[in-house]
Amino acid sequence: MLSRTANNLYWMSRHIERAENTARMLDVTYRMSLLPYRTPDESWAEPWALPLVITGLATAYYQQNPGALSSDSVMRFMVLDPANSSSIYSCLQAARENARNVRGAITSEMYEDINGTWLEMRNRTYASIVARGMSEFFDWVKMRSHQFRGVTVGTMVRDEGYRFIRLGTFIERADNTARILDVKYHTLLPSVADVGGAVDYYQWGALLRSVSAFDSYRKIYRDVITPLRVMELLVMRDDIPRSLHACMNEIYEILSDLCEDDSLEPERLAGELHAQLHYGRAAQIAAFGLHEYLMGFLDKLSAINEEINRHFLVPVYSPQPSQLQISAAR
Amino acid sequence: MRAVATQADAGATPAFYNEMYQKDGVIRRHYGAYAEWLDGKTTDYLLQKQREADALFTRLGITFAVYGDETGVERAIPFDIIPRILQAGAWRKIQDGACQRVRALNAFLGDIYHGQDILRAGVIPAEQVLGNKLYRPEMRGFDVPGNVFVHVAGIDVVQTGAEEFYVLEDNLRTPSGVSYMLENRKMMMRLFPELFSCMSVAPIDHYTDLLLENLRSVAPAGVSNPTVVVLTPGPYNSAYFEHAFLAQSMGVELVEGQDLLVADDVVYMRTTRGPQRVDVIYRRVDDDFLDPLAFRPDSILGVPGLFAAYRAGRVTLANAIGTGVADDKSTYIYVPEMIKFYLGEAPILQNVPTHMLARPDELRYVLEHLSELVVKEVQGSGGYGMLVGPAASRDELAAFRERVLANPPNYIAQPTLTLSACPTFCGSEIAPRHVDLRPYVLSGKSVTMVPGGLTRVALREGSLVVNSSQGGGTKDTWVLEEQGC
Repeated sequence: MLSRTANNLYWMSRHIERAENTARMLDVTYRMSLLPYRTPDESWAEPWALPLVITGLATAYYQQNPGALSSDSVMRFMVLDPANSSSIYSCLQAARENARNVRGAITSEMYEDINGTWLEMRNRTYASIVARGMSEFFDWVKMRSHQFRGVTVGTMVRDEGYRFIRLGTFIERADNTARILDVKYHTLLPSVADVGGAVDYYQWGALLRSVSAFDSYRKIYRDVITPLRVMELLVMRDDIPRSLHACMNEIYEILSDLCEDDSLEPERLAGELHAQLHYGRAAQIAAFGLHEYLMGFLDKLSAINEEINRHFLVPVYSPQPSQLQISAAR
Repeated sequence: MRAVATQADAGATPAFYNEMYQKDGVIRRHYGAYAEWLDGKTTDYLLQKQREADALFTRLGITFAVYGDETGVERAIPFDIIPRILQAGAWRKIQDGACQRVRALNAFLGDIYHGQDILRAGVIPAEQVLGNKLYRPEMRGFDVPGNVFVHVAGIDVVQTGAEEFYVLEDNLRTPSGVSYMLENRKMMMRLFPELFSCMSVAPIDHYTDLLLENLRSVAPAGVSNPTVVVLTPGPYNSAYFEHAFLAQSMGVELVEGQDLLVADDVVYMRTTRGPQRVDVIYRRVDDDFLDPLAFRPDSILGVPGLFAAYRAGRVTLANAIGTGVADDKSTYIYVPEMIKFYLGEAPILQNVPTHMLARPDELRYVLEHLSELVVKEVQGSGGYGMLVGPAASRDELAAFRERVLANPPNYIAQPTLTLSACPTFCGSEIAPRHVDLRPYVLSGKSVTMVPGGLTRVALREGSLVVNSSQGGGTKDTWVLEEQGC
């Protein structure tokens, strides 16, 4: 398929996934902010600073809102600000633009769905969102993302385009889980001694909820929430849909399908990262340091993204006739 | 709840041909089954269907971008839920006439880029063709595959009486609108499935299959399994929806200029599997912008080297380069002559009598009768730069007179035809509105059409301008099969 098409499909699903993850994170932050509990005294660990730290948007936010950190301004910035390219508004707009650029390559049901989402988003104002309840809005974003994924899986032919769409979803999801885990985990560490306390319960609970893993934790461990288990659940277990291991399973499998003899590097990198999760142990990572591990993970994920770009999405080939003849004949 | 009022209730004798009602208010036979269905439907029911259609078109993203609208807003073209119905006999005349025209126009294009018989025979003045800025000397002596220049044509037809049709213009470059023809039908089947079970409406869905078959049939010699693509200027083009729609319906790639490259006179597209050869390009980019090396050097929409590849016979462009000279409004007047010259036949569809303002006597006549005439730019399209005399104010007439006098050869004038009118839902009542018809003619191995076309309707009462850029809407067009129900 056309490289430009593949690029749009890949980013279409990344943008949708990003909108969903932002909604999840803000929803949990919002709920946390309603509780009387506070984490220890680092100012950046204020509930409303966390979404900014996790997404790496703190600098951009403070440039726009010097000195101010309020639920209101963070929400506006992360939900509706068209100048913030990672706001839910911008992500849904970009996803719809991607879809529009390649509407011939997706099913009409997919376009209808993503276009409908955007038209609805465009008509929302901050006042109307607040009036109907923040959580209602975040649920809406999540449901629209679920729905789009469902329409994609349910209507699209299993071709290359489908694989690029799925690839975008899991790359974005792995990136998000790693970031959220790193920041939250770090914030929560000082309170390890108080395991079992009320603050802890809500904090860890919030982290798990933000990746839809709270109920799964309960089901699997039937016990109090401990940091090591949370880490095991969200990093190592491959039966948790948003864990790093589960994401890497998908990424590795898709790249094995996509890569051919002259484009093996993306597959190799993904295989390497996947193997660590597949054959490694939680205790090893804990000993190595979770933060260090996650930083390394994000670096490698970014390298995989670079290779995907280079081989498929924005390939640079000089039009050398002799080479063209060879690849055209292949 | 009151049943919706229709024009027949008014009992007036309008000065135009009403496609549904006879002069005495009796419903014409081919509208009988529809009128029976419509009878007793309430305004609320129709309003609800109209809203459903509008919401669906917006959600489906069946839109066009409006040029000059800085906000870049896409609008859905207004759609009317009342179909325009043509009986089989009337359709046959339109079909035969439009196919005949396209055969003659294809022969004309082949001729003027080769032996120029028609010029030497003096049927058309050589200057009219060779001096036209849409004539492409670069195409001289070039044999296009299958001798087909115009793979897709849109022939604009208006009706003035029961079997009275005129061709308003031929669109031979990159005619658009066919996606609306197809989407309108889908919409009607979704809104009113029961109507289709009781009326034999000829199907049109196979249009894109025919198009693909035709495009594959004109691939360069020696290519057994040709790769076809649709070339679009991009998402900001007003007809982008249609480009995407056609690519998707044919199952081919929708490419932009940046996706293509030319090496050794072969065209490739940039794919995730490396460069892949392209054999046939259904291009929706104008000649001028196709190749910065051959035409406008500032074009960023085009593909450097494309024209050389085309001339080398390594890729087919549809439509061919240089067809504009044949759909120019000053060439239009010669089409009946072309039909006689190349086919030895009498034209089935008439031209609208046309004044060439390049001729001093005709210019004088037109200036004296400006308020009765329609004046158009020779190379204009989309309803821009035209004057509808009877509807124009004194100031508009005066201003247009100045423009004409500044460059008379740039204009033609035609009598104001009283276009036929079709019942149209206007929110609270059904009233007649003027319509035209653009059926599409496909040429490849043979010249074919699907039974239907895009009916455009002037939604404003009394208006004769149907262009979507000028506030016109569209209707589904039903050609009834011979046997009714």
